[in-house]
Amino acid sequence: MERYRVVFSGSGGQGVITASIILAEAAVLYEGLNAVQSQSYGPEARGGATRSDVIVSDRDIRFPKVNQPNVLICLTQEAYNKFATTIRPGGLLLTDSHFVKPARKVDARQVELGMYKEVMDRIGKSVVFNICVLGAMLGLVPIVKTDSILKVIETKIPTAFLDMNKKALEMGFRLADASLFKQSVLP
Amino acid sequence: MGDHLIFVQGNEACVEAALYAGLGFFAGYPITPSTEIAELLSLRLPQRGGKFIQMEDEIASMCAIIGASLTGLKSMTATSGPGFSLKQEAIGYAIMTEVPCVVVSVMRGGPSTGLPTKVSQGDVMQARWGTHGDHAVIALTASNHQDLFAITVEAFNLAETYRTPVILLFDEVIGHMREKLIVPEPGEIPLVQRLRTSVREGTDYHPYLPREDGRLPMSDFGGVHRYNVTGLMHDMWGFPTDNPQVAYGLMRHLFDKIEGHVTEIARMKEFFLDDAETVLISYGSAARSALHVVENRRARGERMGLLELQTLWPFPSGAVRERCNQAKFVVVVEMNMGQILLEVKKAVDDPERVFLANRIDGTFISPTDIRNILRVIQGKGV
Repeated sequence: MERYRVVFSGSGGQGVITASIILAEAAVLYEGLNAVQSQSYGPEARGGATRSDVIVSDRDIRFPKVNQPNVLICLTQEAYNKFATTIRPGGLLLTDSHFVKPARKVDARQVELGMYKEVMDRIGKSVVFNICVLGAMLGLVPIVKTDSILKVIETKIPTAFLDMNKKALEMGFRLADASLFKQSVLP
Repeated sequence: MGDHLIFVQGNEACVEAALYAGLGFFAGYPITPSTEIAELLSLRLPQRGGKFIQMEDEIASMCAIIGASLTGLKSMTATSGPGFSLKQEAIGYAIMTEVPCVVVSVMRGGPSTGLPTKVSQGDVMQARWGTHGDHAVIALTASNHQDLFAITVEAFNLAETYRTPVILLFDEVIGHMREKLIVPEPGEIPLVQRLRTSVREGTDYHPYLPREDGRLPMSDFGGVHRYNVTGLMHDMWGFPTDNPQVAYGLMRHLFDKIEGHVTEIARMKEFFLDDAETVLISYGSAARSALHVVENRRARGERMGLLELQTLWPFPSGAVRERCNQAKFVVVVEMNMGQILLEVKKAVDDPERVFLANRIDGTFISPTDIRNILRVIQGKGV
């Protein structure tokens, strides 16, 4: 398989690190793959640019950090400005239209989705925004099955919140699907 | 197969291993990047009848695990650079009084409070010489979670075997990184249990009278025997003495029991060393980047190999010398100013051939960093 080098970036509290752990854990526990997740953060507890790196591969992973992601997710303008240029040519750059105004042209597939707006309009709780992002990413790049993600979520989240998370994951997946359709029909 | 596959941080893997080894007592003063060890043990240890105490400071934590170990419990503390400095006097006390215990130090950027959330390997010499006076010490490390688990269990085993504190010198990248770990079945890794005295209640027990094989059976403090424990030079009853003969004997004993068993204590991994012209020597997280470089170069036919050290102290000089004999270049890859480099230079026949590939700015050393330095060393220009 292709080696996926994924960078989730945003600000503290958006759940980017949680989303990245769920992805990596799904790959290891339910798909028999190797995955490594690491994050960098400063001495402060909240705010600032948060970044989490995930590598998924069917082979051993030695160097655990991502220099050039082939999947980059930016959920704040600051994260976008900081990391957009690091994307591997031909990779996928996913941003949320509520938080990021893409400024520069990069040599990658840029996908802008209204994930935050959709979550707020239809669920009304920003806490599942990260799960929606995860769903959208998997709609664009099938690194693992959404079923595997759901299995991980089930072990981490109280049953009362399970449906909400499922809904967010599907919502993201469908948003991505719709954007793929748009891309394929428009010139 | 009852394989227990989990996806965890290195710090969590350390906790799993400590519980596997039979940890009964933990005292600590949480500090980044080792905090998860204390956090997780505060939950897990009491669940199985162990004791967890968050102490008032680093010094007290170290002292508490010494006391707990004397009463018969396998004991551990966890810290990072600044806390490791504070613990040093008590680590010396544990060495002198021969109390088995495990001290985890997850290295971050120093000196002082330095770079709390960033990686470094700057405490290798602190592990060796942080406490005062001539002494020998055991310090181990690992580069992935499966090894980290085995090495942590090993630390408890060596502590009991040699009656000495054992230092686990991990680093921020290994501590915080998540990867898979298969928790071994009970019994899969042998555990060394404490050697207890067969001297019965009512009969004099000499805490520092070695058996024929040199080992000192222990008696749980507060149990059936009364005895003295002191950081002063002491005789076989554990009472202070300045008798030169006794002092000499104790010094030799403390030193020889570890330095005389370098081969038994040495743990290392070898990758492609057989015909290697360039030998990389690394340890901890840095060894991951080194192995990445070596595997890529091997795929292109370059004769390069890696010696990954898991035992840092006592330094396995003989093994290092042997592995480096045929090499044109020896490159030590570490995240400090060359602490293991010095040991390698001392060990090999031709120290002029030993070079350093390092990074000291809190950034994890990458394969690119190593490749850039290799080009210069191998005379290929920048």
